[in-house]
Amino acid sequence: MTAPLVRVDDLRVSFGGHGADVVDGVSFTIAPGECLALVGESGSGKSVTARTLVGLTGHGARVRAAALQFDGRDVSRHTERHWRGIRGAQVGFVLQDALSSLDALRPVGREIAEPLALHTTLTKAARREKVLELLRAVGVPEPELRAQQYPHQLSGGLRQRALIASAIACGPRLLIADEPTTALDATVQAQILELLGGLKRGDAGMLVVSHDLSVVARLADRVAVLRDGRIVEHGPTRQVLQDPQHEYTKALLAAVPATHAKGTRLSSAPAAVIRATPREFDRSTPIVAAEGLVKTYAGPDRTHRTVVREVSFAVHPGETLGIVGESGSGKTTTARLILGLERADGGHVSVRGRRWDSLSPADKRAERRRLQIVYQDPLSSFDPRYTVGRVLGEAVAVTGLRAAQRRDRAVELLEQVSLGAEHLKRRPLELSGGQRQRVAIARALAPEPELIVCDEPVSALDVSVQAQILDLLADLQERLGVAYLFISHDLGVIHHVSDRVLVMKDGEVVESGDVRQIFTAPAHPYTRTLLSAVLTPAPLPAG
Amino acid sequence: MTAITVPAVLPERRGHTAARRRSLRPGVVLGLAFIGLLAVAAAAPGLLTAHDPLEISSAGAFVPPGAEHLLGTDQSGRDTLARMVYGARSSLVMGLGATAIAVTLGSAIGLLAGLANRYVEGAVMRLIDVALSIPDLLLALVVITLLGTGTVNALFAVAFASVPYYARMIRAQTHVVRSAAYVEAATALGLRRSAVIRRHILPNAFKPLVVLATIGVGNAIGAGASLSFLGLGTKPPAPEWGNMLSLGIQYISNDPFMVIVPGVAITLTVLSVTVVGRDLRRRTEGRS
Repeated sequence: MTAPLVRVDDLRVSFGGHGADVVDGVSFTIAPGECLALVGESGSGKSVTARTLVGLTGHGARVRAAALQFDGRDVSRHTERHWRGIRGAQVGFVLQDALSSLDALRPVGREIAEPLALHTTLTKAARREKVLELLRAVGVPEPELRAQQYPHQLSGGLRQRALIASAIACGPRLLIADEPTTALDATVQAQILELLGGLKRGDAGMLVVSHDLSVVARLADRVAVLRDGRIVEHGPTRQVLQDPQHEYTKALLAAVPATHAKGTRLSSAPAAVIRATPREFDRSTPIVAAEGLVKTYAGPDRTHRTVVREVSFAVHPGETLGIVGESGSGKTTTARLILGLERADGGHVSVRGRRWDSLSPADKRAERRRLQIVYQDPLSSFDPRYTVGRVLGEAVAVTGLRAAQRRDRAVELLEQVSLGAEHLKRRPLELSGGQRQRVAIARALAPEPELIVCDEPVSALDVSVQAQILDLLADLQERLGVAYLFISHDLGVIHHVSDRVLVMKDGEVVESGDVRQIFTAPAHPYTRTLLSAVLTPAPLPAG
Repeated sequence: MTAITVPAVLPERRGHTAARRRSLRPGVVLGLAFIGLLAVAAAAPGLLTAHDPLEISSAGAFVPPGAEHLLGTDQSGRDTLARMVYGARSSLVMGLGATAIAVTLGSAIGLLAGLANRYVEGAVMRLIDVALSIPDLLLALVVITLLGTGTVNALFAVAFASVPYYARMIRAQTHVVRSAAYVEAATALGLRRSAVIRRHILPNAFKPLVVLATIGVGNAIGAGASLSFLGLGTKPPAPEWGNMLSLGIQYISNDPFMVIVPGVAITLTVLSVTVVGRDLRRRTEGRS
């Protein structure tokens, strides 16, 4: 066995004077040419561990380790000066958000040339050549043009490629990728993973940090599952994903909405069946119907951009209509048109047979109560001055309930989303992401709506919390008969929750129909591309 | 619509910044102490000095600081400390009064611009831009020219000169808050437009106002003193720091204390209020 490239033994990191260990005794090695993945949810300490390997643990961090070696040398006592020689030259770092990690005021070509200027003796002309070569290597078309452009002029995928190019510019021995594809659309994500997979060849090591098991399945040779700063399971990728030993790994895998899990509970193992699929609905009177919706926005220099084009659909009582598409496909705008928060430039929306634009303001307010919304970021949807009690109190008051009964109703709503009266006094800021989303759902339930629009409600959540929220939504639908218009970019989630699906691209509905039909026999080429880009977490034939 | 995964915020770090936010800096403590002293002087000047600000001392004029007259006497033999202590009230009245008027008018204009249609908004904001392009003191002088000199008119002049600042800030805040998700959520619940404005838009748009107004109090005190210095505000013999400074300049070679004392007092007041205001801003920042 060759000497490991990275050896970490009993790494402990804490922040603040006497804070608990965020990383609590983590040990691993990375051999040359090997890819290790650190998997875990928010707060598991995976990013802190990765950052420690380049001396970027953060301000006020206390790092202790029995061994912290890079390329056979001890780096635990490295000063900032030592680290500067390693970062960029021997270790490349790719971060999640390319827009904020690339300098907004410099063309990307210069950004990529920077490590070359620092760590190599190449002349300016040679550096320019090398930049173009790197851009070609990461699959950027028209590298001469792209090198001149600023980050905001590039798409998310191109930005991420440019960032990878700058990370590999000096031919590092180790490449660290921290959530490299999390901010990207499914099809782009697949391309970036392919690119990273290609970089694995050779004797350079790779460390991938991700919350996403499917990313890990594609890239890693070995997986370490982190929880609360400890490695709970560690082994070859295939083994960990197919035959997990630890309870947490099992729960994590079960929480992913895989094909065979439809209609079952995601957050408890063994999976309990919530309902039979497919379900039957009375499709005679829709709650809302959209007819040929068009929405254009005025851009700069008087141009008009059509974000929603001829979209028609209906949502019936008790069903879930999923809208899936990538960023900029017009999903959210469609939802806002349905809710009457935005006026359509063409076509119309009918709420129980009456058109939005024919309603008086008072009627509109009454109809609004039947249609509620749950946002991706619940925190920003609460007035920052309000406690949970006030948020719910206001929602309850709208229904005309008398002041004396409002508190009881608020508690009842909290209980419906598995929270308790003790949460009334809390501020949303003090709650976890999952709890906040529960409060947002409780608020949406207050006026006893017939339809709740869920706009990416689980996209910002960890997979196990996502599973709980999806289960909660399914339970509420069974109990209250509420219909959902469920918007997501995640095909797995859409498949799990939907009865029918709309696939949107560039503002248009390219395909719609029953969920099984769309997923088993997609008709439109775009749907097929989208489905092929879906990564299955376990390299198993999906059941 | 992109999938944004919120990066793990380490609780330790959050606690760290919270602790830093709570801690009191020494400058802020000194500033608060000085403002406290001013408040006492304004409310009960008799506690800080035994002399009357208008009484002519038997010790004579230009007495240097000593046991009887702690800061000496002026050209007429009046006790300088007493005049300073009694003058604090008019400074504070100027600062608070002018700011209160400016905030009220400015917010009303800002809200009108922020909530009205874009034609009204455009017209109002162009007027505000014009007012902002004129230096504050010049604007105050214009108002004085129209209203005449005197304590109350100077107060209005200072107030009008700072109205555009508040108007612009409130309009910008209204815009930010108006498009916030929680405003939309309230609309989706079926709240009336007026209720949404009253419960969500107004309180959140006004939040940064407290900080700006605190700093504005300091500026207004300085501006009020400037007007009195020019002989346009409070007139002698009434004790006021600006006119004391103006008088003192004539005798600067006889008795530099007559200039130094009010000059330092004005500087310290503006400094204290500004430091406290900035500290308030630091504390409220990031708590959107």
